[in-house]
Amino acid sequence: MVSRRWRVTVDPRRCIGSGICAGAAPGHFVLVDAVSIPLDELIAPEDSVLDAAESCPMEAIAVRDAADGRVIAPEP
Amino acid sequence: MTETRQDSTTRAYPFSAPDRLDLDPRYAQLRQHEPLTRVRLPFGEPAWLATRYADVRTVLGDPRFSRAASVGRDEPRITPLQMASGILSMDPPEHTRLRRLVARAFTARRVEDLRPRAREIADELLDRMVAGGPPADLVEAFATPLPVTVICELLGVPVADQGRFHVWSEAIVSTTSLSPDRIREYIDNLYAYIGELIARRRRVPTDDLLGALVRARDSDDGRLTETEMVQLAAGLLAAGHETTVTQIPNFVYVLLTHPAELARLRADPALVPSAVEELMRYVPLGVASSFARYALEDVELGGVLVRAGEPVIASLSAANRDPEVFDDPDRLDLTRAANPHVGFGHGVHHCIGAQLARMELQVAVAALLHRLPGLRLAVPEPELEWKSGMLVRGLRKMPVAW
Ligand code: HEM
Ligand code: SF4
Repeated sequence: MVSRRWRVTVDPRRCIGSGICAGAAPGHFVLVDAVSIPLDELIAPEDSVLDAAESCPMEAIAVRDAADGRVIAPEP
Repeated sequence: MTETRQDSTTRAYPFSAPDRLDLDPRYAQLRQHEPLTRVRLPFGEPAWLATRYADVRTVLGDPRFSRAASVGRDEPRITPLQMASGILSMDPPEHTRLRRLVARAFTARRVEDLRPRAREIADELLDRMVAGGPPADLVEAFATPLPVTVICELLGVPVADQGRFHVWSEAIVSTTSLSPDRIREYIDNLYAYIGELIARRRRVPTDDLLGALVRARDSDDGRLTETEMVQLAAGLLAAGHETTVTQIPNFVYVLLTHPAELARLRADPALVPSAVEELMRYVPLGVASSFARYALEDVELGGVLVRAGEPVIASLSAANRDPEVFDDPDRLDLTRAANPHVGFGHGVHHCIGAQLARMELQVAVAALLHRLPGLRLAVPEPELEWKSGMLVRGLRKMPVAW
């Protein structure tokens, strides 16, 4: 069986470099020149990444199901 | 190269009593020559003070620095009482669990929905102020009721009760303006008041933010304790009272004392958003620095080895004037393009109300420029009364004419 994967993206035009995601999910986001970048675009499901996406004030982070592109976070 | 701690002397901090919105020149000297320095605050153990932009961002953003570790320590601070719980005393993942519950109410998108209402409030307040004729106190007539009405409507707190909770919310930002007993009493009153509003929502559910918190609490998946809910709501109410309220008159003061920049802004109101960012960078709102972060392991910072267990405070105001990041940092430039200031902090505790405050500040500045083209101080500048004994700098009153 293929395990589920998530695809994590950050929209650099929306990100204001608050550093919230990099602090809430340190293994997953890093700030480069005041813009957040996901360390890995494809990840195993992980709660802290959902938390980061829900906490981003700009809704710049999207977590999708890698298989079908369904948005997992943030909630609409 | 790593310095040993004997090389630096311990300085009393804050370096001086606040004078208007001037930043003590010692910040610039330290940033250049001793980016991490030992300081002793009026209360608590000695600390490191970070003044460089890069180091300030590390202290606030790097998980090796902790707020939760301040609990149980005699935290360096300028307030007599120590904040021992609440959102600002937590680290991820507990912090994230709590913050997530309210974060979505403060996203840029949700805040945008509130803008028309904020404009309407601003217009009504200015109608009333103009009808009363000059002079008027801008603090009382405009800068206070605008953010207070916005945060009350968002939370679902009756604006009519303002007379009760406005006094109490000062306790959250008081250093010496209130006695420790009075601070405790006011905070208890504020919690009791929020408790009443919550009890009411358990009888009659509402769809405001307080109602949403009550639902999150009562869905009973252990996400939120009763105390956490009350503290969080009280914190939002008080923060919504004491920050933007102070910053609006500060912005007006800076603009009135920089007439050339004010003229540029009047000529091109499209500059308002960048002007608000520049004013956020330029105004050293805090009297001191951030809340202390404790190193969880040895960390090399600013040429110094900060040992595990040592507290560091980060100066947002010094970081915002770092020439490594901002060209000609002591100059107010309302058209400054890149402006990654840390006026709202950085990292997981980055101000949850930042988007809301930005929107309110934009609405306030735009409305004042548009409606009061002749806005000016109604008293000579030296007669302005500044607050004292508070965490933030600001005007007690701001008599203006137009
Ligand atoms: C111009 C206005 C404001 C300024 C300059 C400001 C500044 C800040 C700063 C610097 C921090 C971080 C403190 C630290 O890390 O040590 C912070 C945190 C916070 N602010 Fe604001 N703030 C403003 C408006 C507001 C408003 C309107 C609200 C309420 C809706 C608010 C609620 C909070 C809360 C709850 C935190 C703690 C967040 C956390 O610990 O995760 N602030 N603010
Ligand atoms: S939380 Fe959002 S705005 Fe802040 S750094 Fe991460 S992606 Fe950027």
